Amino acid sequence: MMINKEVKNAEEAIVDIKDGQTIMLGGFGLCGIPENCIAALVKKGVTNLTCISNNAGVDDFGIGLMLQQRQVKKMIASYVGENAEFERQLLSGELDVELIPQGTLAFRCMAAGYGMPAIFTPAGIGTEVAIGKEVRNFNGKDYLLETAFNADFAIVKAWKGDITGNLIFKGTSRNFNTMMAMAGKITIAEVEELVEPGELDPNQIHVPGVYIHRIFQGSNYEKRIEKKTISK
Amino acid sequence: MLDKEAIAKRIAKEIQHNSYVNLGIGIPTLVANYIPKNIAVCFQSENGLLGMGPFPTEAEVDADLINAGKQTITMLPGASLFDSAMSFGMIHAQKIDLTILGAMEVSENGDIANWKIPGKMVKGMGGAMDLVASAKNIIVAMQHVNKDGESKLLPNCTLPLTGIRCVKKIVTELAVLAVLPEGGFKLLERAPGVSVDTIKKATLGKLIIEGEIPEMAFD
Repeated sequence: MMINKEVKNAEEAIVDIKDGQTIMLGGFGLCGIPENCIAALVKKGVTNLTCISNNAGVDDFGIGLMLQQRQVKKMIASYVGENAEFERQLLSGELDVELIPQGTLAFRCMAAGYGMPAIFTPAGIGTEVAIGKEVRNFNGKDYLLETAFNADFAIVKAWKGDITGNLIFKGTSRNFNTMMAMAGKITIAEVEELVEPGELDPNQIHVPGVYIHRIFQGSNYEKRIEKKTISK
Repeated sequence: MLDKEAIAKRIAKEIQHNSYVNLGIGIPTLVANYIPKNIAVCFQSENGLLGMGPFPTEAEVDADLINAGKQTITMLPGASLFDSAMSFGMIHAQKIDLTILGAMEVSENGDIANWKIPGKMVKGMGGAMDLVASAKNIIVAMQHVNKDGESKLLPNCTLPLTGIRCVKKIVTELAVLAVLPEGGFKLLERAPGVSVDTIKKATLGKLIIEGEIPEMAFD
């Protein structure tokens, strides 16, 4: 019998996420974000969350919806430029924010998924990012020691998945989703199309199901475009 | 004095045949429009794409295909997709030959500040700290002076740094300058009609002028 990780919907997938926990959310800008789970988290009203995500959404979409409801205590991100409510909460001191280089964000997720406690990166050497961190010199170049993330939940969004948790992504929506999928203590995947085992080509799997704990087929994807730009 | 398009056009001449290039947001994005036909170049978008093409037509728009500036884009034949860890992996492994990005300040030893104005701008560094820490070659595209008329080419940066000793060349509306390994901005070219004196006045950091400085040539 096949391992089956299917849950009914986003509400069931996030049912045990509690106040004060740390969650990773996949996506780059609004591309590849777990829309259904974000909506469910807003509905559930869980608070004091630490969110690890490359961006913080826009004012009325993505993580921006959770910021509106004051559900986020701390945000760990690389770029938060498109969100006025975020900036307001940050400047007023309501929100704790840790801005880290984008590659460091990716590698700290990757390290968690590969069972590595830390990585070395040259990003941030000589800047305020390096303050208080161990520096090691390898072959004449300085590197910062950055530790693996430790997240209670990772929530990712894939294009296709099967009930054993195998995932396939489309376009640039892969971004942080693959590393975060591998990094969560519990990983929830929402997919546009959920299929039976055997229907996905094993050669094309981006994240093997072993990393996934819960999977469901999402609905009503808006897939909002942040900056629609057309050739002249 | 050059406009933004002309700065981009001048920078395009720096791109080597058969190279992989990362373009930052702003003027650097425009560089893609001026690549000579006989130069093969592959653009990386650090959110997970090599082989980035032009903006899509209305019919081609795909929400799952954006660049690092979150604009909709297309893929050229031969493109490849990957995740953010591999994307920054290829940056740190120095597989990307050239990074072109904007800056608020550059110091005479090649330090760059472009991510934060304390108390004013809270956006984040995105991928900039990774790119400047590891790119083999970094060219900065920027205005020579800020809105208040103050030089952006300084002895030392005053804003929080993005990276240290990394900028190799700067192209502004006034000039092309090399940042020397021993420190100092070496004036290489003047914008058409711009005098060496004008460039001197706009440069607060150590400016090195040797011999006659030619005007930039545009094909």
